[in-house]
Amino acid sequence: MIADLERVPQLDATWRDAPGLWGFLTTVDHKRIAARYVVTALLLMFLAGMLALDMRWQLSTAENTRMGPQLYNESFSLHGSTMLFLVSVPLMEAMALWLVPLMLGTRNMAFPRLGAFSFWLYLGGVLTLWLAHAADVTPDLGWFEYPPLSGPAYSPGHRADIWAQMITFTEVAALAASVNVAATILKMRPPGMTLARMPVFLWAMLIASIMTILSMPAIMLVTSMLIADRLVSTHFFSPAGGGDALLFQHLFWFFGHPEVYIIFIPATGFVSAIVETFSRRPLFGHNAIVLSIMAIGALAFGLWVHHMFAVGLPRLGNDFYTAASMAIALPAGMQIFCWIATIWSGRPRLDTPMLWVVGFLATFVIGGLSGIMTASAALDLQLTDTYFVVAHFHYVLVGGAMFPLFGAFCYWYPKATGRLLSERLGRIAFWLIVGGFNLGFAPMHLLGLLGMPRRVYTYPAGLGWETLNQVATAGSAIAVAGGLVFVGNALWSYWRGRVSGPDPWGGSTLEWASASPTPAWNLPYTPRVDSLTPMWRDGPLRVMEGLALDRREVLVTSVADAAPLYRQKSAPPSIAPLLAALATTAMFIGSIFTPWAIVAGALPIGAALTAWFWPTRPRAGAAEAKA
Amino acid sequence: MKRLLRVSLLCVFVSGCGGIQSPLAPAGDQAAALHGLLLLMVAVCGVIYLLVLGGLAWSLWRRRPAAAGDNEPSDAALGRGLGVTAGVIVAGLTVLIVGSFLADRALFATRAQPAMEVRVTGHQWWWRIEYRDAAGRWIETANELHLPLGRTTRVLLGSADVIHSFWVPNVAGKIDMIPGRRNLLDLTPRRAGWYRGQCAEFCGAQHAHMALDVKVEDATTFDSWLAEQGRPAAAPAGPRAAQGAAVFAGPCGICHAVRGTPAAGRAGPDLTHLASRRSIAAGTLPMSRGGLQGWIAQPQALKPGTSMPAVPLRPADADALSSYLTTLR
Repeated sequence: MIADLERVPQLDATWRDAPGLWGFLTTVDHKRIAARYVVTALLLMFLAGMLALDMRWQLSTAENTRMGPQLYNESFSLHGSTMLFLVSVPLMEAMALWLVPLMLGTRNMAFPRLGAFSFWLYLGGVLTLWLAHAADVTPDLGWFEYPPLSGPAYSPGHRADIWAQMITFTEVAALAASVNVAATILKMRPPGMTLARMPVFLWAMLIASIMTILSMPAIMLVTSMLIADRLVSTHFFSPAGGGDALLFQHLFWFFGHPEVYIIFIPATGFVSAIVETFSRRPLFGHNAIVLSIMAIGALAFGLWVHHMFAVGLPRLGNDFYTAASMAIALPAGMQIFCWIATIWSGRPRLDTPMLWVVGFLATFVIGGLSGIMTASAALDLQLTDTYFVVAHFHYVLVGGAMFPLFGAFCYWYPKATGRLLSERLGRIAFWLIVGGFNLGFAPMHLLGLLGMPRRVYTYPAGLGWETLNQVATAGSAIAVAGGLVFVGNALWSYWRGRVSGPDPWGGSTLEWASASPTPAWNLPYTPRVDSLTPMWRDGPLRVMEGLALDRREVLVTSVADAAPLYRQKSAPPSIAPLLAALATTAMFIGSIFTPWAIVAGALPIGAALTAWFWPTRPRAGAAEAKA
Repeated sequence: MKRLLRVSLLCVFVSGCGGIQSPLAPAGDQAAALHGLLLLMVAVCGVIYLLVLGGLAWSLWRRRPAAAGDNEPSDAALGRGLGVTAGVIVAGLTVLIVGSFLADRALFATRAQPAMEVRVTGHQWWWRIEYRDAAGRWIETANELHLPLGRTTRVLLGSADVIHSFWVPNVAGKIDMIPGRRNLLDLTPRRAGWYRGQCAEFCGAQHAHMALDVKVEDATTFDSWLAEQGRPAAAPAGPRAAQGAAVFAGPCGICHAVRGTPAAGRAGPDLTHLASRRSIAAGTLPMSRGGLQGWIAQPQALKPGTSMPAVPLRPADADALSSYLTTLR
């Protein structure tokens, strides 16, 4: 989209951040915030991956004493907590923060400062967990810390509190991000983009956001109850005091299962976008895919008990959850059919983003099918808490969510940087990661069936586990090497990659209309949409004017029909989100040590929020009154 | 790689080679029902996976007309394919859900009064095992479960501290041991031999060293074993054993019980018939005089975090103590 020459300097002046550090700390540009999320999460992915490699090294021989139980238990706890709470979910949110306004052709998120607040608070959670690790107060009870083991009697010290508060951090941040994404998608679509003309990517992000809003309260509640048990001697989870240890598991998994789909559903959005572009035809079965995503989102809240088949709940109830869990295979299968049908009837090109989709399908389906096995209330009694489950959820989360994410990274990298990734390095990384991953995790299915439980720091010789463990270790090392090639490629291409231009792949959706890298104001005009694939229409994109150039303004449209409603002021940069996040961080960390931190911490938070919402605009009509 | 392939093929397709801690080598009714279900699942899921991969490969590499034109397939035909796929998925799921339901029924259907009840209680990190004999007396042992062949034993599962999980995969699936709750698991072993169980729910530092030896033996052998377990400990034979018994009565008896002596501690495993067991410290070391000596001298080195303290003993006393313990058959 080409803007006339006067527009660009005006938009630049209105939307640019202050220079230097002040601009860095006060920015509300969704692209800058999202980039911070991505860089932080990728760094953490590397660190947590190193932990995994360390654990694999430990398990490569029987009776290994290289790592003691404490170090090993800390390693898997930190690995799991980081990957689930600090990498997977935030990465998906970052992709939404970055892409949703671009795909809507709008200038920023609905609540720009809330986006900044999400990131700063997320960073607070990251630092809490990893600085605690540096100070040797690492959580050591896994990524779900079941009481009574995590209760005051069996876990003295502050390891469990660090874990519980890290969750509170990331969940508040995730709630803020999700509210932002949902409001943006519902109220800021370009004219003409009715719900029926909304790309699958946006549907996926909308549904994942709604799921986050519905499921996160359960986990914040349960970790707060745990902290209360530990800090002020409530007895929510201690049987001796009239509490119930299983209550924790119900509440945790009421969040924990949707959490998996909160990670997976955005990935289906990536896959849909990539399949459409690289098959060079509109996605087959758009409605079927959207309905499938909705069905998965709804079913996700009705099957948490499948994490608890071994706890001794009534059997008939368990069988209901078996049926509900297996039913996920229907919408998931429909989606997979639609993607394959799109490829089949299109003219596919196997560039690296598409390669990742192929790797995703070949790997994720294994995870889905092993999920059907573990969904059986009966069979799960042999599978749960073994290496079979370790294999299963890595196939689902890595194969099902990370592979599409890597594909998405390759796909949208030129939009973010203006340069293409090297295809050759990209292919090398692809084969190393996908090959290494499968070599590393496929043997774990068999290890589980040979009786190896998860979370053991060592195991005796003679049970037939040694060879398979060695293969698993070798595979993990190969996958990590591939990850290094991937990151090396991203760094090299950032400075040396081929210049991409705005639309290197011939994409179908609106983010390809903007320049690469995208300026702070995104698109010079508001686009008008008349199909699911606005970039593939004959003739230039239709646009409209009417938004102010000299102040930050966005267009708000109606929920169902995206009819223009009114122009809305978009919040300018501010230091308040950072201050609010700092105050919240102080309160959360303080509440590890004393309940009074919640009282004392409320005051600075209130002050920061007051600064945040202090009205800076003259009242409506004030200008006319003066004149 | 070749060895791996051989192992995988054998284990996945042939039952009976999975070893002593494996669902693939069922030695009881419950494990057999689950093994059958596993094979059904692997077969159905394997076929589905091949279909998906085949479809993907075909869609990528099928011959296409040189130019886009009228002979492209219509979306209506693809829509019919979508309907057929949905039908196939629903049919497959129906088979698997019904199969799962029937297997679950087989495991947990209300049975007539079982032949015997055993209480197994999880501790960090060992198993307290209590049998009830014909006279109604409770007979306590630890870390080694004996089961009569062909009879159904009902295991009553509980925990004294945190959540553990009772899992003897050759005999049955796992059931959690949760403080404040009592779970039931019926075991009907059909093949005699030694098996190994292991705690399957992460329970703290030494979760990895919480194993359980399981012996399935014919009913008469079992009955005489149980009778033997019910007897108090033999009096120490010889001066060295007597010296060891005296040492034991000091620090050890605070936590451990040896019936027939003043030692009556309940914090640790009952040691009345310690030497009749196969291993010590919940599968951490083999039962032998050397193993006992090492365990008494350096428990924290062998099982870091265990509640068993290192008790400073003179070498002669330590030697006498291990001699005494080996007489507790």
